[in-house]
Amino acid sequence: MKIILDSGQIEQILNDLAERIISQIPPEFDIATIGIRSRGEVLAQRLSSLLSKKLGKEVPCGTLDITLYRDDLNLPQGAAQPQVRTTEIGFDVDDKIIILVDDVLYTGRSARAAMDALIDLGRPRAIKLAVLVDRVGRELPIQADFAGYKSDADPGRLVQVSLVESDGKDEVVIE
Amino acid sequence: MALKRKIKQFKWHRKHLLGLRELSAEEITFILDTAEGFEQISTRSVKKAPPLRGKVVVNLFFEDSTRTRNSFALAASRLSADIIEFTEKSSSVSKGETLLDTARNLEAMGIDIVVIRHGAGGAAKLLSRSINACVVNAGDGYCEHPTQGLLDVYTIRKIKGTLEGLKIAIVGDIAHSRVARSDMWAMTKLGAEVIFVGPPTLMPTQASRLPVSVCYSLDEIIEKVDVINMLRIQFERLGGNPFPSIREYSHYFGLTVERMKRAKSDIMVMHPGPINRGLEMESEVADGQNSVILEQVTNGLAVRMAVLFLVNQAAAQKA
Repeated sequence: MKIILDSGQIEQILNDLAERIISQIPPEFDIATIGIRSRGEVLAQRLSSLLSKKLGKEVPCGTLDITLYRDDLNLPQGAAQPQVRTTEIGFDVDDKIIILVDDVLYTGRSARAAMDALIDLGRPRAIKLAVLVDRVGRELPIQADFAGYKSDADPGRLVQVSLVESDGKDEVVIE
Repeated sequence: MALKRKIKQFKWHRKHLLGLRELSAEEITFILDTAEGFEQISTRSVKKAPPLRGKVVVNLFFEDSTRTRNSFALAASRLSADIIEFTEKSSSVSKGETLLDTARNLEAMGIDIVVIRHGAGGAAKLLSRSINACVVNAGDGYCEHPTQGLLDVYTIRKIKGTLEGLKIAIVGDIAHSRVARSDMWAMTKLGAEVIFVGPPTLMPTQASRLPVSVCYSLDEIIEKVDVINMLRIQFERLGGNPFPSIREYSHYFGLTVERMKRAKSDIMVMHPGPINRGLEMESEVADGQNSVILEQVTNGLAVRMAVLFLVNQAAAQKA
């Protein structure tokens, strides 16, 4: 097990992601963050408060459950059977620039599912992908617009993100 | 901010939903938690999600129904399944085909889930043993109507927060009611106290062996209960003369405006539908502010989506 990011580095990366988002999105557009359950939810909340502070206006934040859009629902899942949870997005996504947030971008399948789920909620002006860890191993033609730490971990290894709100501490490890 | 809700990791393994009697409290809670995730599909811009894409659901109804049948059909289509509607009157059953032959023939066309309503108790179970498709019981005889029981506890949990410690009266024709039985199993497993209320002639003979108390007077319990579920008098099932007249039944067991004045101010008034207005319930009560009858119907859709999704998931795990 190797720690690749500690809490200070995670904070630094999120701050950096927020700065890049602000510099690349023209101020006249409405931005909102939407996190993919469950670690993306926490990261989206943190990003939204950083963005709100830096922009001096409220950046709304929502949570997306992508279970119903997964492409492996009809395959045997072993112990990790997917569980449907709620999608909680208390604002209209139409015409907003949606910052889709996840902890790790790996195969790209979650991001694909999330885009399909989002588009069933309305028609955003654009969807941008922001991730804490950008890991090698894409299986779909998808890339992050705002990537934090880049990892070339072997496919057999597990990159595990822990966050204070859900796991009690901020840390990213490779197992 | 902490995560709002934590759902315990749980593995659902049933490819059939036959009744609530056989389910654990944990399984029932898991279905309700799952149903919460389906509620928003019906309120958003595209009222459809893809998890049952390419699956075929058959509505195999041997008894009349509007609510349950349409609710299952809509639930299946919101999950992107294809749906075949089967009615006894316009089918080969009227030419003498048996239930199992009908089901096996439908299965030979490649169906995945059968939703069955039948006048005979145990029909769903019989079917589940004979075909490979998932079977969901939509009412069998006087035995069970599990999705109605689930949507009732879902509605109560949503409004009251929990069923733990609630007093719930189920009033009317208990003997002929599969809803009363499914409700009873779900409600008591989740920690509520259930009271069956009705005339002795409409009480099941084995009521003393069920986890409920029995009361023959609505006036006696009306002040005490948190939830009251008024059953329909099922004229099509009544034999003999269980009560002298409709007026007399209504006088003793109808939920009137006058009785509502004596009830707790936040009592939940439920009815599985269809209502005989003026008989088991006065119109002012059915349409009043304590009534959750239409919420029950809305919630039924989310609960049925959850059930169809879960049985299909269990089937996928076993494939």
